[in-house]
Amino acid sequence: MCAWRRLHGSVRTLRGSLLRGCLSSTAATRRQPGRCGGLTLCQRLSTGGALRNDFFKDLEDQLAAMRKKAADALPGSSWMPFEINPNLPPETADIVIVGGGVVGWSIAYWLKQKERLPRGMRVLVVERDPSYSRASTVLSVGGIRQQFSLPENIYLSLASADFMRNINEHLSVMNEDPVDLQFNHSGYLFLASEEVAHIMEENYNTQRLAGAKVSLLSPQRVKENFPWINTEGVALASYGLENEGWFDPWSLLNAFRRKAISLGAIQCFGEVTDFKYTTHIRTTADEEQLETRRIKSVKVQMPNSMEYQPVECAIVVNAAGAYSGKLAEMLGIGRGPQDSIYGLPVPVEPRKRYVYVVHCPDGPGLDCPLLIDYSGVYFRREGLGGNYISGISPEEAEEPDTSNLEVDHQFFEDKVWPKLAHRVPAFEKLKVTSAWAGFYDYNTFDQNGIIGIHPLISNMYFATGFSGHGLQHSPAVGRAVAELILDGGFKTLNLKRMSFSRIFAQEPMLEQNIV
Amino acid sequence: MSAPMLTLRRCCQRSALLLVARRQWSSSSAAPASLLSRCLLFFAQRYYDVEMVLSWKSKLERDQLRKKNLYYGYTERFYGPDIATAFYILSLRGGFRFVGQTEWFRTNSKGKFNWDFLNHKDTPVEEVDMSNTIINYTGLSNLERQRHLRTLKLQGCPEVDDWFLAGLHRFQDSLEELDISHCPRITAGGLAALRNLRGLKRLNVSSLPRISTPGLVIILLEEMLPQCQITADGYDFESSEERVETGR
Repeated sequence: MCAWRRLHGSVRTLRGSLLRGCLSSTAATRRQPGRCGGLTLCQRLSTGGALRNDFFKDLEDQLAAMRKKAADALPGSSWMPFEINPNLPPETADIVIVGGGVVGWSIAYWLKQKERLPRGMRVLVVERDPSYSRASTVLSVGGIRQQFSLPENIYLSLASADFMRNINEHLSVMNEDPVDLQFNHSGYLFLASEEVAHIMEENYNTQRLAGAKVSLLSPQRVKENFPWINTEGVALASYGLENEGWFDPWSLLNAFRRKAISLGAIQCFGEVTDFKYTTHIRTTADEEQLETRRIKSVKVQMPNSMEYQPVECAIVVNAAGAYSGKLAEMLGIGRGPQDSIYGLPVPVEPRKRYVYVVHCPDGPGLDCPLLIDYSGVYFRREGLGGNYISGISPEEAEEPDTSNLEVDHQFFEDKVWPKLAHRVPAFEKLKVTSAWAGFYDYNTFDQNGIIGIHPLISNMYFATGFSGHGLQHSPAVGRAVAELILDGGFKTLNLKRMSFSRIFAQEPMLEQNIV
Repeated sequence: MSAPMLTLRRCCQRSALLLVARRQWSSSSAAPASLLSRCLLFFAQRYYDVEMVLSWKSKLERDQLRKKNLYYGYTERFYGPDIATAFYILSLRGGFRFVGQTEWFRTNSKGKFNWDFLNHKDTPVEEVDMSNTIINYTGLSNLERQRHLRTLKLQGCPEVDDWFLAGLHRFQDSLEELDISHCPRITAGGLAALRNLRGLKRLNVSSLPRISTPGLVIILLEEMLPQCQITADGYDFESSEERVETGR
């Protein structure tokens, strides 16, 4: 044994001396006695001096480099002689969805879900904000309700709630965690004053007819069920029993994104800055010239860079949320003469809304619904520690500036707190712990979504303008747009009334809400 | 089918049930999966056919669950809603008691039951015991017409989740006792849905694994339902207090 070790040791030292030609080290190693001082040999081994030597490490590295070069040389590798940016989108795609919020990813998921051939369609989702710090989806309060006055909105919410109930059937990916939306089933409570109580009753009938589980409460019942409410001025209240509450928008967005990417959708972070389109001039029956455009390619600019990639596409979906109007302007919509259809812009613009997080130790408990007062103020419970989220829609004349997401704290003191304290006396003692602002994709025409093709652009589909209801309608809207694109028409929900024709005919489809 | 095959089949069903339950509510901190499932997963990430077979298997499980929980409309048309409810409960291996009767109708261990319940036409059901069954939200529609339902026991049901609790608002006038202990999919957001059950007198929320702060949730539940007596065993209140102390 000792003899073997001695031999091994001498071979190693010889090799070391051969490679490094360092006499001093060989002299040192030869100086060690070659007896069964195997222990001293081992000790020198463990201090790591010459023995686990660089030769083997270098050899391993060089062998690995050679293996990599060989693998790159073989066909099927992705080696290129020049560096290209891996974040660029592909050069061609079938459908480009502009906007990577919850509506955009919902459309991508449903398109991939409904394609009949696996990986038969290339769907590209372009989002300009990689951190989602300014996206409306993640800044949303996250509520879902069926208490609308338009049947289309009620059906959209019901279908979305059904989707969320079975979300793991739809959006689970194998070997990944199941989707957890953290849904709080606390319902919405709308309070109405004397003047608008009849509108609330009409809405209640529409909602029940459409299948929503809503109940009307008198002020006495409200006081019994929620003793912390001050029912002064309340004539009627409408309370959602089921399928209403709030959830985490980021989980829903990520669930859609993860499933769409697992089905083959491609994500790209970049900004759409330009379109290339062809113009087609036709003569109508009234001898007028109608000019329609067809998008040929989309120019996607990389973030913080001059690099861009033109993506040739067949269909473009505008799910850009608050910036849909600006995107449509790039195609010339709204820049024509004012009294013709070319002069009518897409009426979607960003509107800033503030959300304040307050802490009140004596506030309502687990049964706190999302309470919306007839004065417009709303609040809901956040977590279990006595925190609440509150806000109000400002008046038309006092809309805040939309160039940034700065929060106006004076707005809370002037507009929100008095009404909040009036409705819930416990909120007289509260402390604002945090606040944020987000943009609504506000439809200035009638504050309801626009779903459908624009008449002047043959291949651009719009799914925007939801004015604060985009998140709660997103699963159903995604399905509707996928049906429009792939099946040519709506199959499950008839949303024909939400198309552009109401804007061109100047017939607004307003919500008869009490707020 | 011979007896060993039957026991094997029931064994597979129960293990499939547990697998479903475990997969659904346990995330990466679960007990390590068996060798077979790890092998299958390994191959599924490399071969499309294995992936397809696994997706067919999970689709089959989901379809079986859905078929068991369908709305028994045919039975309702011929025998009335109460018999349909009774038949549904017995098909899922649950038990129930009619209004005015004292005996419970249950299935035996082999799943066989007595057809005597057909004699009691148009008698609503008063107490229902669906513990350890695969009842889910769509199955709840079979119990919808029971306006005299006083007791509902759902201990250890793997498919009872927050949406199911939200659907219990249909029984808000009559329900007095609810037992949802050991249900692995219920969270605090679902317990907030129990606010509609104003007449509830006894509630059992023991051993709910997905509630992270049980002490706080129990206190909030007691505030929300003042007339209700809440049983909450199986939680380790002392260790969570210690954690708070050391965290400071």
